[in-house]
Amino acid sequence: MAYSDKVIDHYTNPRNVGTLDKASAQVGTGLVGAPECGDVMRLQIQVDENNIITDAKFKTFGCGSAIASSSLATEWLKGKSVDDAMKIDNMDIVEELALPPVKIHCSVLAEDAIKAAINDFRVKNGMEPIELEKSHH
Amino acid sequence: MQFIAAKRCKSKTLRIFVWFKIHFMDIPIYLDNNATTPMDPRVLEAMLPYFTNKFGNAASRNHHFGWVAEEGVDYAREQVAKLIGASEKEIIFTSGATESDNLAIKGVFEMYKDKGNHIITAVTEHKAVLDACKHVEKLGGKVTYLAVKEDGLVDHAELEAAMTPETILVSIMYGNNEIGVIQPVKEIAAIAHKHGALFMTDATQAVGKIPVDVNADGIDLLALSAHKMYGPKGVGALYVRRKGPRVKVTAQMDGGGHERGMRSGTLNVPGIVGLGKACELAGQEMEAEAKRLSGLRDKLQAALTVLEESYVNGNVDHRLPHVANISFKYVEGEGLMMAMKDLAVSSGSACTSASLEPSYVLKSLGLSDDLAHSSIRFGLGRFTTEEEVDYAIEVTKKAVNHLRELSPLWEMFKEGIDLNSIEWAEH
Repeated sequence: MAYSDKVIDHYTNPRNVGTLDKASAQVGTGLVGAPECGDVMRLQIQVDENNIITDAKFKTFGCGSAIASSSLATEWLKGKSVDDAMKIDNMDIVEELALPPVKIHCSVLAEDAIKAAINDFRVKNGMEPIELEKSHH
Repeated sequence: MQFIAAKRCKSKTLRIFVWFKIHFMDIPIYLDNNATTPMDPRVLEAMLPYFTNKFGNAASRNHHFGWVAEEGVDYAREQVAKLIGASEKEIIFTSGATESDNLAIKGVFEMYKDKGNHIITAVTEHKAVLDACKHVEKLGGKVTYLAVKEDGLVDHAELEAAMTPETILVSIMYGNNEIGVIQPVKEIAAIAHKHGALFMTDATQAVGKIPVDVNADGIDLLALSAHKMYGPKGVGALYVRRKGPRVKVTAQMDGGGHERGMRSGTLNVPGIVGLGKACELAGQEMEAEAKRLSGLRDKLQAALTVLEESYVNGNVDHRLPHVANISFKYVEGEGLMMAMKDLAVSSGSACTSASLEPSYVLKSLGLSDDLAHSSIRFGLGRFTTEEEVDYAIEVTKKAVNHLRELSPLWEMFKEGIDLNSIEWAEH
């Protein structure tokens, strides 16, 4: 199975690889997946006083599609409000990267990582975590 | 070394082939010789006439065309038999090792069902053996799947304990396709025989790579394939012992009664001729080739295990000369292969499969799932050059380091966080 050009592009030149200060109140961290499953994503967002995501970073252990999905997610997150970020759907990632059916779980993981990061940020700042529907994998 | 020998070879095709290999390094580089091997140009040369003017049906006993084809097949039968120390009457040509495994296991089960219904095999066998055994279970047979030790070897005591008066067959592979581990078949055969059972071995990865002798090893049935030893795809053989004891298998295909009634179907004459030639070449070159390949493999392995947290899978003292299976912890195998796109290798990770289950062979060595996901199999071959190995080392090192920079697990490891202490989300 060949990878799409967009997956190859994100895989070869991953955007926003790195680490933000986990301890900062402005930073939300989402760590999803499990090593036994062959996929772990860590996605971090930095949020300003207007609830805008000013920076996003990721690190991913996984296949090319998992790396590309998280790279794309960070690209989309930057500049978005937290509320808009909540609306990112895994199927948007599937479409953008032209992921085949066997790789859809990579996009689900990226969506989960975004939501986990937002909830971490909310909890740190005294807000209730958003109730997430049981993810579909 | 072999290349120099090949340069002096009579075959013009091979001389040209070798000249190209030496002067131009082809990219991508093929290091997946356990999956299949490129065909040796000398094998192709031997096969070609049998597609055209020697096209006859080997079963046409009454005219020239049939005789010519039959001669080709007879000669190939001798070449195959010689490589494994058998007599030519003990070689049954098939479509490949999967068919040979099926014919041996199902055929023995049917033939000897009055004697017993129990078969013993191991969990690290190829699917062709495991699935044939599962079929036998559906037919009412009993199968014991032996666990293996951490290094991939079968435990003699466990085998001994599993033997029953009902046991008719023990089937243990010669060399493993994923980790290259070589089983002590001689000892295993002796245990099987002591209890009155036959011993079969799937020797697909071993024949042509290391010396295999059916008499010295005590093998009653042996499966082999041409395309794993520089021959064509779609042809293989089953060795069936004729003396001490005389072994019989029930045919799994009905038809014209070819191959002494054990395998009907018009013989694949060009393929069989190719298999024969591949066996002849392996017999002549195996010793030097094994030495050269284990040298290159050891070089590759030494250079890659310099990387932190990399582990060689399986027993390294009893291993096929051309294989190294290495796990690079904190990096996922499929992602790694993508970064090594100029190398054709194989991974124990199965990110693409619906089950997401990593290699069952690696898991049965007791490897954790994450290490199994991190494994890469390097399979060197007759046409692998040192230059290619050097290149592979560079590409792999770079890819592992690059992906570790991207890996949250590597970062945690470096920070001294115990990954087992983390509560990973359900996935």
